[in-house]
Amino acid sequence: MTIWLVVLLGGLVTFGMRFSFVWLLGRLEVPETMRRALRYVPPAVLSAIVFPELFLRDGSLDLSLGNSRLLAGLVAIAVAAWTKNSLLTILLGMAALVLFQVLGL
Amino acid sequence: MKPSLHPFWAGVRAELPLLVGVFPFGLIYGTLALNAGIPIVAAQAMSSILFAGSSQFAVAQLIHNAAPAPVILLTIAVINLRHMLYSASLAPHLKSLSLRWKILLSYLMTDEAYAVAILNYERIGGTAFAHWYFLGAGLALWTTWQTATALGLWAGAALPATLPLDFALPLTFIAMVVPALKNRPAVAAALSAGLVALLAFSMPYKLGLMLAALTGIAVGTFLESRVERNAIPPQNVGRDIISPNQERE
Repeated sequence: MTIWLVVLLGGLVTFGMRFSFVWLLGRLEVPETMRRALRYVPPAVLSAIVFPELFLRDGSLDLSLGNSRLLAGLVAIAVAAWTKNSLLTILLGMAALVLFQVLGL
Repeated sequence: MKPSLHPFWAGVRAELPLLVGVFPFGLIYGTLALNAGIPIVAAQAMSSILFAGSSQFAVAQLIHNAAPAPVILLTIAVINLRHMLYSASLAPHLKSLSLRWKILLSYLMTDEAYAVAILNYERIGGTAFAHWYFLGAGLALWTTWQTATALGLWAGAALPATLPLDFALPLTFIAMVVPALKNRPAVAAALSAGLVALLAFSMPYKLGLMLAALTGIAVGTFLESRVERNAIPPQNVGRDIISPNQERE
């Protein structure tokens, strides 16, 4: 019983948040400051997701050479900056991670 | 890069690399939901009605711990708060669509669909068919998520743990963010957000992520307005940029 309540109401809440500004801004003018701020949503949010994946291991900072995800991530960043090719970035990043793990780093 | 490709299929294709990372998450969610004692139908319904991965993981955990419904709902709301940022970010691009399209695309607004859709909007602007691209990306993810959930519920815990497939997700975000860092405010936004995300990681319910995102946005916006005040011409002259009578203080 609880689970269905959670699914339905939780779904409603989540949809409400996804719909919120799409609905509101259809009816209001977007102020210039806000429009400018919104352009920084992608780099800010995506970096905030990526950083912990690279730098944290079991919740604590790991800057050592043993952190294979950080090393592979740096490889991927270099590939992305250099080639701007997403498929290549993902493939080489993944290959780097597997390699570093096999090497026992 | 065939120009004849319908935007819908271009959106599907842009979403493909992300699906590699999403699929194992869906499998794991299915397994987790089963272990938490959630009925199969409800677990699948959660994937299609709630349709938000990390909050579904939290729900499975909380149901397993027999948490009361209000606590679970509050948790869902907090974890999914970042979707309001996505909503605000996409809103100007969806403005001229019909209500039906707005509802449909809002429903499909996940981390992964947002990432693909917003980059497309920033690249090509609001062309007449850009919402089809968003729809393609969103539906590709939706289908994958439903399938992966079903397989996880069906196949249970028999998951191969050898390939680090979960790493595909951060890799894809790297592939998207790095080429878009074209000026100093954008780089500063990314770095400050990442730093705060590390410092605030132990905050519960992804609040650290929210705080980090807001910090990055504030830093980027502030630096951009400072660059402008110093009368350096903006490097990213876009469609919607800067009215000439810009004044600050």
